[in-house]
Amino acid sequence: MSAAPLLSVQDLSVAFSQGGMTTTAVDHISFDIAKGETVALVGESGSGKSVSALSVLKLLPYPPASHPSGRMMFGGQDLLALDENALRKVRGNKITMIFQEPMTSLNPLHTIERQIVEVLSLHQGMGDKQARARTLELLEEVGIREPGKRLDAYPHQLSGGQRQRVMIAMALANEPELLIADEPTTALDVTVQAQILELLAKLKARKGMSMLFITHDLGIVRRIADRVCVMTKGQIVETGPTKEIFANPQHSYTRHLLAAEPKGRPPVADAAAKTVMSGSDVKVWFPIKQGFFRKTVDHVKAVDGIDVAVRAGQTVGVVGESGSGKTTLGLALTRMISSQGKIDFDGREIDKFSFNAMRPLRREMQIVFQDPFGSLSPRMSIADIIEEGLKIHEPGLKVAERDRKVVDVLREVGLDPETRFRYPHEFSGGQRQRIAIARAMVLKPRFVMLDEPTSALDMSVQAQVVDLLRSLQAKHDLAYLFISHDLKVVRALANDVIVMRNGKVVEAGPSEQIFERPQTDYTRALISAAFKIETAPTGVVSE
Amino acid sequence: MSAVDTVAAPVKRPWLSPINKRRWQSFKANRRGYWSLWLFLVLFVLTLFSELIANDRPLLIRFKGEFYSPIVSDYGEETFLGDEGFLPVTDYRMSVVQEAVAANGWMIWPPVRYSYRTTNNEIPEAAPAKPSWMYPKDVRCQRYPQGVDDPNCTIGNWNWLGTDDQARDVLARVIYGFRISVLFGLILTAGSALIGVSAGAMQGYFGGWTDLLFQRFIEIWSAIPVLYLLLIVAAILPPGFFILLGLMLVFSWVALVGVVRAEFLRARNFEYVNAARALGVPNRTIIFRHLLPNAMVATLTFLPFILNGSISTLTSLDFLGFGLPPGSASLGELLKQGQRNLNAPWLGLSGFVVISLMLSLLIFIGEATRDAFDPRKTFK
Repeated sequence: MSAAPLLSVQDLSVAFSQGGMTTTAVDHISFDIAKGETVALVGESGSGKSVSALSVLKLLPYPPASHPSGRMMFGGQDLLALDENALRKVRGNKITMIFQEPMTSLNPLHTIERQIVEVLSLHQGMGDKQARARTLELLEEVGIREPGKRLDAYPHQLSGGQRQRVMIAMALANEPELLIADEPTTALDVTVQAQILELLAKLKARKGMSMLFITHDLGIVRRIADRVCVMTKGQIVETGPTKEIFANPQHSYTRHLLAAEPKGRPPVADAAAKTVMSGSDVKVWFPIKQGFFRKTVDHVKAVDGIDVAVRAGQTVGVVGESGSGKTTLGLALTRMISSQGKIDFDGREIDKFSFNAMRPLRREMQIVFQDPFGSLSPRMSIADIIEEGLKIHEPGLKVAERDRKVVDVLREVGLDPETRFRYPHEFSGGQRQRIAIARAMVLKPRFVMLDEPTSALDMSVQAQVVDLLRSLQAKHDLAYLFISHDLKVVRALANDVIVMRNGKVVEAGPSEQIFERPQTDYTRALISAAFKIETAPTGVVSE
Repeated sequence: MSAVDTVAAPVKRPWLSPINKRRWQSFKANRRGYWSLWLFLVLFVLTLFSELIANDRPLLIRFKGEFYSPIVSDYGEETFLGDEGFLPVTDYRMSVVQEAVAANGWMIWPPVRYSYRTTNNEIPEAAPAKPSWMYPKDVRCQRYPQGVDDPNCTIGNWNWLGTDDQARDVLARVIYGFRISVLFGLILTAGSALIGVSAGAMQGYFGGWTDLLFQRFIEIWSAIPVLYLLLIVAAILPPGFFILLGLMLVFSWVALVGVVRAEFLRARNFEYVNAARALGVPNRTIIFRHLLPNAMVATLTFLPFILNGSISTLTSLDFLGFGLPPGSASLGELLKQGQRNLNAPWLGLSGFVVISLMLSLLIFIGEATRDAFDPRKTFK
C-alpha cells in the first residue's frame, strides 16, 4: 500500500430526506482501497454498508438521497463531483458492481448473450462478431460449462449460481479496476456460495483488480478479505487487516459480531419420546403434461419416497441444496400440498383428510416461513396477526382473554407487548421472525415446521432466533421439522438429520453421526461449504 | 427481557392504520385534488337537498293557525281555497292560492321557486327566454297581472340561467340534473365494483378452470355492442332510471375484473397468505382479510374514472334520446336543447359548464387518489 490508493473515500455521508425528516444513513466514513486489495465492509442490515457501496457509483435515488459531506477520489477525480455523463464512463467500465439478487438483476426478457454483448458494445464499441467471441471467453472464464450452448439461454433457464456467474461475467467484461460486490452470495446455497467466492478470489488474483466486498457474514470475510471495515449505525467503528481484527477485535461491536455465530447443541434425544409426526414413503410428483390432450408424459419427482419421524421435544433437520425437495417434503407432511404415502399425525392417518377436515388439526401443526418480510400481512397490526389463529380455533374466547394470550406469547418470544398495535414494517427482520414464531406458538402447537427460519436474517440475529427456538422447544415439548440449507444452524438444533438431494434421501441418521462421520461425498461437500466455505470437487454438488 | 407483571391497559388503536394515514397525507398534499374533493362534496350534498333549494312548492306554510309542509306531503286545493278548490294537488304558484294564504298566514319559499319540471307561464318572451337579469325590470314582469308591482315579481322567480324551450327553469334543471347524474354514476360504479371485484376475486383466487372459463365468457360478453342493445331495449321496455341502470350494470362490471383478477393471482401465493392457510383460515376469510385489501388499491384507483365514464355515458344517451324518460332533469337533454336552439346560448353554456365542472372535479379527485395509493411515489 505504498502507492496512492485506487479508491479513497473521505468523510462520506449519505442522508435521506422524507416528509421533511432527514435521516443520516452513513455518517462521515473514510476508507481506502489499494490496487489489488479486497476490502470488506461488514455490518448488520441497516448499518449503511450497501448505501455506502451504492454511493460510490452514485446509484442512490437522488432527490431523497444526498451527500452532505465527503469526497471519493478515484483515479485523480472526485466521483461525487462528476456529472451524469462523466459518471457513465466510470460505471460499468472502471468500476463495476454485482448485486445480491441474481434473480432480479438480469433482465428476464433478454438472452445471456444479448445482455453481455450490450455491455461490450456500449463501452468498447465492439462489433457483433467480436463481442460474441469475447462473451464466450468471459463465460468460460467465470466457469460456465459449455458456454456456447448457454449463449441463447434466458435467465430463468439458469440456476442461481449460474446467474451470479453471468453477472460476474458482465461485471468483468470491461476489465474493471474495482469490483463492488454487494452481498453476492447471500441469496445462494452454501455450496454455491463457496464456489462463487472461490471464483471471485481467483479472478481478482488473475486480473489484479481491487474488490469492495459487502457482507454480514464474517466467515466469508475471513476467507476473502485483506482488510475489514466494521460498520454499525452508519459509522465505521473499526478498520484493520483481517487477521488482526479476527485475532484481536478492539471494538465491542466487532466482538459482538464475532461471538454471534449460532452455537450450542440440541438437548440429548430421548429415544422413547412419543412420535408426533411421521411419514412413510412420502411422494410428491408433479405431472409433466404434453400435447393437445395434455397427456401426462413424465413426472417431476420433487419428493420421491421419504420416511421421516419427528418425536416430541426433538428436532429433525432436513438439509440439502435448493431444489432438493426439502420444503416440498415439509409442505406435504403438513398437508399444504397433496402427496402420496402414509402420513401419521398423533396416531391419526391424515394423508386422506380434506382441507376442511384438516382445519381443526391445523392448530397443532404450525409453519414458520423463511421470509419474515413476506409472511406477515403488511395491513394487519401485530395483535391482529397473532390473534388470527385464535379467532378460528378458539372462537369462544373473549376479547380480553385473547389479548391476554397475545401479550403472553409476545413476552415469551422476547418482544415488548406494548408494541402489539404496531404494524410489521416498524420491526426489524429478527423481530418480525419472532412475531411469526409468536403467531405459531400462540396456538400451543405440538408440531412446528420451520422452513429456513433463519436464512433471511443477519448472522447475529440467527443465533438469537436459534436460541429462542431451542428454549421454546424445551418448554413446550415441541416437535420441530427444521428445514435449512445451512448446516451451522441445523447442527445447533437438530437431533436427527436427513440429507436430501433431488427428492431422495442421501443420508439420514443422528446428527452426531452425520456431522462427525459423513458417509457420502454430497454430505461432506455440504459440511465443508457450511463450516469452512470450501468447494467440493466438480460434480458432487450443483452449480 | 424482564417480565412485566401488570399488563398496561390496552393501548388505543389508531383509527387509521399508518398506511392509510400516509395515503391521506399524500392525498392532502395534492392541493388540487384536495380542494376538488371538498368542492365536489359541497356541491353533492347541496344537490342532495335539491327540493329545498329549487322547488315550485313553499318550504313551510302557516295557514289559519296550522303549519303545512308541502314538500313532504300533498295538500288538495280545498285545504286553502275551501269549496272553490278542486285540484287534488295545490299549485302554489297560482296567485289565488298565494293570496288566500297571505290573507290567513304566511309561506316560506325556497330560494328558487321552480322545480325541474315547472313551466314558467310568465316568461317575458317566447321560450327559450333569456336569463332574467338580462331584462329590465318592467319587461321581466310584464306578464304578471300587476306588472312591476306584482308580489310575484321577486328575485325568487328569476330564471337565473334562463329557460329552455319548454319554459322550464335551467338552473333548477341543472341542480336536479347534477344530482341524478352523480347518483346514477355512484350507484352504477358501486354495482360494477361489487360484481367486478367478486368475479375477479373468484377467478384469481381459484384459478385453473374457473379462471379459464370465466375469462372466455367475459371476452364473449364484452364483445356485445351495448349501444345497439340499448336501442333494442328502449323499443321494448319503457325508459326509466332503474332499467337504464340495470342494463348498463350488466356490461360495465367487466372493467374491474382484469385488475382484481391479476392482483389476486399475484397475491394468492404470498407467504402471508400461505401462512394464513397454514393457520387453518377458511378461504372466505383469506379472500376478505388478506387478499381483498391488496386488490382494493387497484380498484380504488380505477373507481373515479369508472364513475366519470358512467356519468358521460348517461349524458350521451340522454343527448341521443335513449336515456332517462322525457321530462327528467337530465344534463344530456339540456345539451341537446342547446344544440337545437343555437340562438339561446345560455342552454348549451350552462350544460357545458356544469358537466365539465363535474367531470373535472372527479378526475382531479381520481388523480390525487391514484397518486396517494401509489407505493412507489416518493414524497418531498
